[in-house]
Amino acid sequence: MTNQFKFLYKTCIVLLAVLATMAMGAVILLAIGAPVLKTYAVIVFDPLKNIGLISEVLIRTIPLTIIALGIAVAYRSGIINIGAEGQMAMGILATTAVALALPDLPKPLLLPLVLIAGIAGGALWGAIPGLLKAKLQVSELLSTVMLNYIAEQFYTFCLRKPFLDPAEMTTGSGTPQSMRLTKNIWLTRFVSGTRLHTGIFIAIGFAIVIYLLLWKTPFGYKMRAAGSCERAARYGGINVAKYLVIAMVLSGGFAGLAGAVEICGVHHRAIQGITGGYGFSAIVVALFGGLHPAGIIPAAFFFGLLLVGGNMTQNAVGVPANMVQVLQGVIILVIVATQMILSNTYLMERIWRKTHKEASS
Amino acid sequence: MNIIVTVLSLAISSSVALLLASIGEMINQRAGIFNLGCEGIMSMGAFLGMLVPYAVGHGGDTPEIFNFLGLLAAMAMGALLGLFFALIVVTFRAPQGIAGIGLQMFGVGAAGTLFRHFVGGTQSVPGITTAPVPLLSRIPFAGQIFFSQNALVYLAFLLVPLSWYILFKTPWGLEVRAVGTHPRAADSIGINVTRIRYQSLAVGGALAGLAGAYLSLCQAKMFSDSIVSGRGFIAVALVYFGHWQPVKIMWGALLFSLAQTFQTIIQSYGINFPYEFAVMLPYVLVIVVLAFDRESQRLGPTALGVPFDREIRT
Amino acid sequence: MDRNTRITSLRMEHITKRFPGVLASDDISLSVGDGEVLALVGENGAGKTTLMNILMGLYQQDEGKIFINGQEMRFHSPNDAFAAGLGMVHQQYMLVPNMTVTENIALGYKKAWTAWKLNLQMVRERIIEISETYGLAVDPDAYVWQLSVGEQQRVELVKTLCLGARFLILDEPTSALTPQETDELIVLLKRMTNDLSIIFISHKLQEVSELSDRVTILRHGAVVFNGNTNEHSSAEIAALMTGREIIMPENTDTSCAAQKALEIGHVNALSDRGYLALNDLNLTVHGGEIVGLAGVSGNGQRELAEVINGLRRVEKGTITFFGNDITNKTPKVIIKAGMGYIPEERNTEGIVPPFSIKENFILKDADAKQFTKGIFQDKTAIAENAAKLRTEFDIRCPSTDVAAGTLSGGNIQKVILAREITRRPKFLVAVYPIRGLDLGAAQFIHEQLLAKRKEGLGILLISEELDEILALSDRIAVIFKGHIQQVLQRSEADSRKLGMLMAGV
Repeated sequence: MTNQFKFLYKTCIVLLAVLATMAMGAVILLAIGAPVLKTYAVIVFDPLKNIGLISEVLIRTIPLTIIALGIAVAYRSGIINIGAEGQMAMGILATTAVALALPDLPKPLLLPLVLIAGIAGGALWGAIPGLLKAKLQVSELLSTVMLNYIAEQFYTFCLRKPFLDPAEMTTGSGTPQSMRLTKNIWLTRFVSGTRLHTGIFIAIGFAIVIYLLLWKTPFGYKMRAAGSCERAARYGGINVAKYLVIAMVLSGGFAGLAGAVEICGVHHRAIQGITGGYGFSAIVVALFGGLHPAGIIPAAFFFGLLLVGGNMTQNAVGVPANMVQVLQGVIILVIVATQMILSNTYLMERIWRKTHKEASS
Repeated sequence: MNIIVTVLSLAISSSVALLLASIGEMINQRAGIFNLGCEGIMSMGAFLGMLVPYAVGHGGDTPEIFNFLGLLAAMAMGALLGLFFALIVVTFRAPQGIAGIGLQMFGVGAAGTLFRHFVGGTQSVPGITTAPVPLLSRIPFAGQIFFSQNALVYLAFLLVPLSWYILFKTPWGLEVRAVGTHPRAADSIGINVTRIRYQSLAVGGALAGLAGAYLSLCQAKMFSDSIVSGRGFIAVALVYFGHWQPVKIMWGALLFSLAQTFQTIIQSYGINFPYEFAVMLPYVLVIVVLAFDRESQRLGPTALGVPFDREIRT
Repeated sequence: MDRNTRITSLRMEHITKRFPGVLASDDISLSVGDGEVLALVGENGAGKTTLMNILMGLYQQDEGKIFINGQEMRFHSPNDAFAAGLGMVHQQYMLVPNMTVTENIALGYKKAWTAWKLNLQMVRERIIEISETYGLAVDPDAYVWQLSVGEQQRVELVKTLCLGARFLILDEPTSALTPQETDELIVLLKRMTNDLSIIFISHKLQEVSELSDRVTILRHGAVVFNGNTNEHSSAEIAALMTGREIIMPENTDTSCAAQKALEIGHVNALSDRGYLALNDLNLTVHGGEIVGLAGVSGNGQRELAEVINGLRRVEKGTITFFGNDITNKTPKVIIKAGMGYIPEERNTEGIVPPFSIKENFILKDADAKQFTKGIFQDKTAIAENAAKLRTEFDIRCPSTDVAAGTLSGGNIQKVILAREITRRPKFLVAVYPIRGLDLGAAQFIHEQLLAKRKEGLGILLISEELDEILALSDRIAVIFKGHIQQVLQRSEADSRKLGMLMAGV
């Protein structure tokens, strides 16, 4: 079997995967009578039309990258983190709390402080499922999902009561949101006319850190060993339970950081719906990016594209924004199926033999 | 007294969605597959359940037959989604946890997209009427709680002994249990592991679809993005909690549904307690239960979550 | 094809089967006559099980035909094979543990099936009928997990007969039996040849000569020999199996036992299911000696290896290592104290399969100074180490960057051995070290073990193969139901004596 054949085979599989994704999305689009190819074009190309839109894509790339890095760390350590939404929310609450408590601290002090608070909030929320799995063997798939719902409720409560904007109370509109947070935590917007902020450098910085951590240090080696083959790792003297918890703490911390960056860079206050499904989208980003920082950054950009494009489809072709969630789900399914097909060498050999036989006979 | 009757009656009627979904999931898991996409299937079921009567009556009164057709449509779609999931995790042998999340996103997104296009807004439907059991519903206290529910409630609770019988007394049930515990043994004795798993996922999917339709047709009498709000996941947790047995799962469903009614009570009786903490209760309960019921890890179908590949030589 | 028809002839002709990267069956032809017993012999990996799985319809051959009583048969699933009168008892029993014997057999007994009801009573009656006809005592209502290995095998035999087998295939039938149980089985099978023909797979030449009429030898998926058993000696057959004269190393030294290395005192431990796996177990091993632990699989060997290495809780008792108490210490501490371990499951416990070979070599030493530069890993040092070990231990691989899981069993075991030995441990626990390996790799591993013993390393060798234990050990301990029955010097031990101890006598 030649290398040329292997390359051709794998490329074909990937192409089929892309087609399958578009076809499955098309099923829903056709059901609502939307023009399939035009919709896809709007989603993928419209957000690139001008600087303003591109900056919006980049703004979404930032939290997606950060959270996906955390999810990749957890996944490679053997634990699937579905709880990024909740961890992000908790990070936001921590950030807001610190910002509300110490509004007069100078920026060089306050900004790092609130970012750390965000990390801590998310890390704490991530530690819970980590400990539950390490000590009590509770499946993280269920515990993280439950914690998402719990965090969501707690977040709403905080916005409605302790953190409620005093201005809202006086006008009586009661929109659950905090008051505008001090400028001392705002991340600079460095492209005039857009909302693009310096958080992007934080994202890139952490991508490099994660790469070094996982692939260049003994610590990362042990985490990956624990995630690849838990038994052999244990037999090798690696404290799998410890690394599991650390992985979840890191993962949660990243989600919390993303939340903090969102507050400091984009919204400048805590509002409803601020997590915007990033926690789930980041899972797809992590998978799509091959669980590696080099892949996650472009993947995050692509999904930022989808999110912005998805918002535009309602006006452009009458397709509700929920369609993006459909595509994300399809992409996950296609990725996991394709990974299995690609790793099935038996199938590849059978096809080689079939085509080889036809050619020679 | 009145409040107790209301609470218990409400607990029973709002346990149906959980019960149907978990019995379906129990069958999946007994065959060795866990389907986290249950939530997505329920969403689609919820949408289809109310779509049919809405399409006919636009929120006004419709003949019961259309409610029935809505339920049927939900079940059919649920079975279809179950089969689709089977393709991914049985034929392609993809990891079940993450694939389930993919299915969940697909189902929730599709339901939302289709709803906004075909119905939109906060349209409601009259839903299924109550069907009090003649004579029995007149029993004071018990009659109101147990026998004044709608037809689906009775059906759901009948499903408990029925599913027990199917699983433990029929050949198909035997095959399902063998496939979930020792698929290699089942395979070597001529049982088609793939066929059994596809069938279980179809049945589980149909029940999840029905559960979703119950939510929109009978409970909320409308559809919204948050109509399922985690019940699909709770249903999966219930299967562990109920040790893969129908009766225990039923008690679990009742318990969680009771926790959920807590929130309604606060609202109806205007008690001064932060609403959000009441809503949290069922989810916290799930975690508490999972944390303290270590037994269940050992009792599950041994091959749960492991894809079967005959060609893998040990 | 009527199930009750006697099978007077079975032929497999020119069977070829390919798996990824391996030609499992290469133009294999064999035949079995009426009431004959054919032994299918070969090293591990020769393709015996694959061939039988094809015969049973579990795999489909790529080329070739199967004839029963002169008629060509196409088996698309085991059901077809059953319908033709074939039955197989696999090496690893195909019984669902948490179902009763009756339910297990009902799974295949389609006569008892109707759409809505399972007639277990009918199955039960059939089981009793077969049991009495052939003298195979089984309890229809017992749960499989309650049965011993020998009892489970009887259930498997009854199962095939209930399903109408007129031809039996047995894959390594005596691998998990004591010598006495083996004798009983051979007597039973001889009796059954009145009604059935048998193919049995074995690598134990003693049984081959006792039981079989003819023998077919496979090597690397092809037939290298076909003949009458009584015309050839075991030595000839062994040579044909391997293609060369392999002489397995033997320990001929007198014991040079030094100080006590490992002392296990009154240890109790539980199995995964919560039962008592180790029961007041006492054992001492000295430096420079090999203690072989003989026993039927499932009597606590796994649990013993695990408690020594800190992978399982010791409920009662102590384990002392060179004078230090290591009871219930973490694996990391025990490894640091100088314990080496070659685990039972090389693929899932010994290596991290997706990691490269060179990464696997440093599994226990990721933090070690020689493999780190500051907070980073020293990739050069890791690669150099891998290259050195690859040559020293003759590990066959395209490079040390390939995933360890892609290697053959023998090479994986060499990776594990290399890693353990070069760490200069003070003691080694080796569990089934040559299980599933070809004789070449096995010879290498035994040579290494004996060499290290000479250097003063104490070794606890846990194995199911009495040959291996008798060849290598200075002293032999027999484990039964988690307790050491007796410890013998090598000179006092033979397989009969050991067999009795292994059975608890």
